[in-house]
Formats: sequence, C-alpha cells, structure tokens
Amino acid sequence: MSRLIHFCHFLVNSDYFVGNIRAMSQFDFQTLEDLLAGTPTEPRHLLPFLQRTQEKFRHLPREALLAAAAHFSLPASRVFAVASFYKAFSLVPKGERLIAVCQGTACHLRGGPQVAASLEKRLGLKIGQTSADGRYGLESVNCLGACALAPVATVDGAVRGHLTPGRAAELL
Amino acid sequence: MRLDNPAAADELRTRLINENKTFTRRLWVCGGPGCLAAGAAGVFAALADAVAGLGLAGSAGMSCELSGCLGLCEKGPLVQVEPEGWLYAKVTPADAPEIALETLSKGELIVRLLDDPKIPLKDDHPFYKPQRRLIMSRMGRTRPDSLEDYVAAGGYSALSKALSELGPGEVSRRVEASGLRGRGGGGFPAGRKWAACRSAPGPVKYVVANGDEGDPGAFMNRSLMEGDPFSVVEGMTLGAYAVGAAEGFIYVRHEYPLSVARLKKAVGTAEERGLLGENILGSGFSFKLRTVEGGGAFVCGESTALMASIEGREGQPRVKYVRSAERGLWDRPTLLQNVESWANVPAIVAEGPEWFKSIGAEGNPGTKVFSLVGQVRRSGLVETPLGTPVGTLVDGAGGGARPGRTIKAVQTGGPSGGCLPREKFDLPLDFDHLPAAGTIMGSGGLIVMDDLSCMVDVARYFTGFLSGESCGKCAPCREGLTLIGRILDDLCRGRGRRGDVLELASLGETLSRTALCGLGQSAANPLLSTIRYFAEEYREHEEEGFCRSGRCQGMFVPEIDADACRRCFRCAKVCPARAATVKSKREPPEIDLGACVSCGACLAECRFGALRAAPKKKTGETKARESSKPTPDDSSEAAAGRCSQAEARTGSQKEKKGPGSKRRRS
Repeated sequence: MSRLIHFCHFLVNSDYFVGNIRAMSQFDFQTLEDLLAGTPTEPRHLLPFLQRTQEKFRHLPREALLAAAAHFSLPASRVFAVASFYKAFSLVPKGERLIAVCQGTACHLRGGPQVAASLEKRLGLKIGQTSADGRYGLESVNCLGACALAPVATVDGAVRGHLTPGRAAELL
Repeated sequence: MRLDNPAAADELRTRLINENKTFTRRLWVCGGPGCLAAGAAGVFAALADAVAGLGLAGSAGMSCELSGCLGLCEKGPLVQVEPEGWLYAKVTPADAPEIALETLSKGELIVRLLDDPKIPLKDDHPFYKPQRRLIMSRMGRTRPDSLEDYVAAGGYSALSKALSELGPGEVSRRVEASGLRGRGGGGFPAGRKWAACRSAPGPVKYVVANGDEGDPGAFMNRSLMEGDPFSVVEGMTLGAYAVGAAEGFIYVRHEYPLSVARLKKAVGTAEERGLLGENILGSGFSFKLRTVEGGGAFVCGESTALMASIEGREGQPRVKYVRSAERGLWDRPTLLQNVESWANVPAIVAEGPEWFKSIGAEGNPGTKVFSLVGQVRRSGLVETPLGTPVGTLVDGAGGGARPGRTIKAVQTGGPSGGCLPREKFDLPLDFDHLPAAGTIMGSGGLIVMDDLSCMVDVARYFTGFLSGESCGKCAPCREGLTLIGRILDDLCRGRGRRGDVLELASLGETLSRTALCGLGQSAANPLLSTIRYFAEEYREHEEEGFCRSGRCQGMFVPEIDADACRRCFRCAKVCPARAATVKSKREPPEIDLGACVSCGACLAECRFGALRAAPKKKTGETKARESSKPTPDDSSEAAAGRCSQAEARTGSQKEKKGPGSKRRRS
C-alpha cells in the first residue's frame, strides 16, 4: 500500500521524470560511467549495479536509472519497477548519518516503538525521512539478529543495544 | 595449495589434526551477531594484546581466536576455554589481562566470570543441557573464515567421499533416504526436490541457497552463514554434483553485510584450493558458485520471488503450478533450499541416512536451530533434535520468565506463524505437530511473550509488518491485510465495536484460502491463532475497551497489590505523568488515577509482579463512550483524545492516519 502512495507522490511531483536541469548539469556522470563500465549487460547484474549506485550516490538518481535501462537493454519502466520495489533503494538522497531502529519482534516486545518515537521527536523526523539539511536519516529495520540486546538501533551500521527512550539521545 | 584429488583433502585433514594437537589451551571469543553487538570485537582485541604481551602467542601452544556463534547471546560477550570446556560470560576488555594470565597460561578458573559460579562447564549449563549441536557443531571450535579449521573439523570429507566412492546417484539417494525436511519453513521433503531436479531433463540446472532470512526475531541463518560458511558451500557443491548443476547462487539478505563478506570469502578460498570452480578435486566435475545480495524485501524469502530477484527483476512470487525443481531460475530445473538445509547435507552424505534418522522424531529427523528471544531470561540460539517439547526450550534453555512475570505464550515461525499458549508447552516442535496447533515451524523463531504482552497488539504488530512487506500482486493479501490491520488498530486504541472479532476471523480465513503465495496464505496465522487461544483478550478489547496486559495505552488503570509490593518505588520513578506518589517509605506508592495516562511504564518496571492492569472504572467519559456507541466517530474521537494525551507524554508511536479516518466495512 505504502509503495503505491509513494509512486503516486512521484507522479504528482514529477520533477523526477521531467528532470531538473540544474541538477543535470552538476551530475557526476563520470562516477556513473565508471560504475557501468565494470558491469556485464545481462539483466541479472541490474540489482548489484543499483546497489553500488545507491552506495555511491546515497540514492538512485534519475540519470542512473535511464543509463541502466540503456546498458541492460531493458525498458525504463522495468528498471524503475526494480528500483522502487526494494527497500534498500531510495529515489531521494538518504541522510549522511543513518540511524536505523530495529522493529523486530523481540525489540517490539521490549520497547522498540518507544525508542523509535523518542528519536522521531528529537530529530523532528518520521521513520523513513531525512532531515532537510541531509545530515540525518531515520529508518526502521526489520531485525538485526541482536535480539538479546533488544531494543537495538544502528548508527551507520554499528549496533547499539539496551536502548531506552532516554538513552536514544546518545545515538545522535 | 590446490587440492587435486579426493585423497589430498583427507591427507590435509590428518595433517591438520596432528598440528592442532600441539595446542595445550585455546580461548575462543564468540563472534556471533549477538556477542559482536555486545562488544566481542573489543574483548577479542584486548585478549589478543594480553596474550601477545605475555609472550604466549604462537610457539607456546596457546591461542586466542574469534569463533562462530556459541548461542548464549543474552550473556555475551562469551569466551570459551578449550580443552577444559569452561564458559565465561559477560566478559569485558578489562577482564582480558586476567584471563590471559590466570586461565590461558596457568589453567586457573576465574569464578567471577562464570554465569553461574557453581557451573564452570559449558555443557552443564542449563542453556546447553537440552541441546544437541549438529549444524552449530563447529561454531566455537573453528575460525569461521578458515578452510583449514573446517577441514580439520571433518569438513569436505563428504565431498571427497562423494567424488571418489559414491557418485551422484548415491549422494542423491542418501539425501532422499535421510528424510531431511526443508528448514526454511515448509518442511517439504528435501529428497523429493533432489529426485525431481535430478531426473528433470536439460543440460542447464541450478542450485540456489536461500539466505534471505527476513523473519524478525530470527537470526539462526545469519549465525550459520557467519559462523560456518563452508558447510553451506560444501552442501551446495554436493547438491550440484548430485543433480548435475554447473552453477549456483547464494542469496543473502543485504542487512547482513558480514554474512555476505564471509560467504564471498569462503567461496573464494574454496575456489583457490580446488574445492569449487573447474575440475573439483581432480574429478572433472565443475561448479561455479556466486553470492547475490538481496535488496531488502521480506517477500524475497519466498522461493519464486527469490529467483525473480536473482534474475534481476522485482521480487514478486508466481503461482507454483510447476515446481522450481522442474522450472525455476531462468525456467531451468533448480534445486532451491534454505542455507540450514544445505548445511545438513555434508553430514548426511558422510555419515549416512540411518545415522541422520536416529536423531529427532518420527518423520522429522535431524536437529533444528531455534532462535529463542523475547521476554525470556536467556535469549539465544538453541539447537535441539526435532520433536523436543516447546517447554524444554522455553523453561529449560531459556530459563523461563523474567523476574516477577509469567509466560503467557510463545510465537513460532516468524510473522507467518502463530502463538501457542502456555497450556500447549508440551507440544513437540516439529513440522507435523505445529501446523495441527494452528502455527508453523517457519525458519525456527521462538518468541516468548509474558503477561506484559497483549495478544491483540501482537496480532496488530505482525499484520502491520506483513502488510508493509506485501508485494501487492494479489488482492487478498494487499487489501485483506490492510483491512485486518485497521480493525486491529481500532481494537488496540479502545475503538473496538461489536462484531469486530467475528469479522477479523472471517477476513483471516478468506485471506488464508485465496492468497497467491505461501506468504499470503500464512499471513493470517498470527491473527487466527491468537483469536483461537486468546479469545477472552479479544472479547475484552472489543466489548470493554480493556487491555489486561497494560500494553494498549489508555485501556486500563494500574493497580498495586500491597502484599506483593516491596516498596522499591521504581514505578514512581518511571511514571512520566508523576501520577504515582510516595507518601511513606513503608507504604506502596499511591496512584492518582486522574493524572495517570495509562501508559504502562510502571507495569513494565515492577520486578515483583505487584502491579497489574485493571479495567477502568466507569467514569463519565467511558459511560459517554458506551452510550454513544452507535455513532462510531464520536467514540473514536473520545478514545483518540485519550490516546493522544497518553502518546504525547510517553512518546508512543502514532499512526499515519488521523483519528477521523473512516474504516471501510464490508
């Protein structure tokens, strides 16, 4: 459901499709070309390519999706379908510092939702949003496998356990 | 050095075993996900420094290594001492010099580092007593990224035996005869897949390992991929040899970067040593194995969605009229199994099917790794023979409830599983008994819930999770879960209406019968099983707007049992509304129900079970709510008003939809 809403937002704010000329002129085509250069053209390499692009740009720029469509000889719609399907990809830039709150079952039972709410309040962001200056991104993750330390969160991949709404501030 | 014939692998093993005999004492620091998150890397670095500082490293026959998961995550970081078999718990870097000096060099036990001072031996600890470790047998004895350690512990004896004596037909026959059932959840007989894929026509076949462990609260596959990656690689090589595949893929969840790195390294090492790639062990058999990183979609754990993802498409399942063993990846015959199923294969091939069948229960041979988590004393990974009663794991290995609490239920099988009540704790954990009780084995998550967990909230949580992860392809799952989620949400916010539970049951059954893939068909399990076993809680939510667990905010008032209260006043300290006041040190705190926001913080804090949730007295507000029941908007607004007050103070999560949103009714 949320994916559908997400998609509709794009249609309405179709900057993404129309293209932002200023952003285009500043776009780092060299990095994109380097990424594509090492990629075979069979479609199964689409996902790994998008993963590397996401890592480099912290999102999937429009240019990368169009370039991928040409490279893999796929319709742009299929590249977009893949890019919007997986949670690992984002079509807008993610924050420099990523805080992911675990919402696994063990964390849910041991107070994860309260930790998430406390972080949301402190950052003034909802789960899934990035701060306006691009510094912080708040996310949820389904399970990190550190259930004994529940509730946990990661800051740029480093796990922090036994959180409480009060201790959540230490993550920032 | 490349191993170019089957005998070379066995020679290497003999040589390594002899070399290992020179060790007089070794320390193994647990490098499992739980211990690493608790700071095991720091402990390991400090220990390595201390060992080097004492000049014990290398020549003195002593060592300190990072191992795979030892299982007892709750007490991490763990350090195991070999050959004595002692287990130190909650070790900090500051303990390192003492451990190096006393334990490693002098062989003295440090009693204060034991979890229980009376139990120095790991195998005597109640957590390990009911266990039998096959899949996890090497974890704690080997370095996960060392091929030598794997070989020395018996690894690759199955492959060399298969290539030199057995042949592909016999390998497949052994797996078929073993009765191994798929460890990913369904419990489908693995042998049938093997036989079907082996007899399927066509020159191109694939083998695939499913390591997309997405169930929240489950991390056994992660521990396996990180702790013993070679067992998965060897199992897949045997599978490829048996069915005649030349290419294979391991699909790993992208949230597990260490698993990806370990598997990639294991594949690389195996290739260098001639155990993968061209002409394996000089036999002429070639097999190329690749690691694929997932994209963060729960549905990709479903086999057909997983294959779509490997092909580079969005991970949507397809209807399985044709089995993957006949037409799977790129429409070729594909042998797809969970990583834990693959890890069982080497032992079955080496030891034979009869040995495997001697472990476990009738029709459910072997062991299973369970991740025991939630509201239990000892969380961790537990491996027991199939057919072990639920209670043995929860009360034995897990140590039962936390202080002051009682265990109410255990949820098995991840989000698609169901909840078993306390009365069912003698039920054997296997692929046949669980479905009969309305739940599933799933990948082996066991989530313990005590009296602080509200079963309606649990159903809401899982439904919300599955609704967010639904791929959206079929309507029953996409729309059904949304509807169920809304009704459950209303119930948990005191906006329940008569007939809600009946409607939930009807929606759940329709969903189970009509959804396209296994995920959708099982998505109503949490809902239906909680309705089945905890009907009374649903009734209270629906009719009285009362939550007996004190989980659903605004739907109860806290009540103190003066006899059980030990006057610790922790409840008064945590109260966000300052509703609990301490009048005298000898009396329990007094709770001002007018100020109380019924957030439940005090209930969770009490260690003596002296606080419980009681129904709200019929005050003006609740009476008004009841009398205005026919107009749902009023009641929902009144309830939302109470909730938002509670949320504002305690910082609970808020739903995206506003209080005025209308619920669709069929």
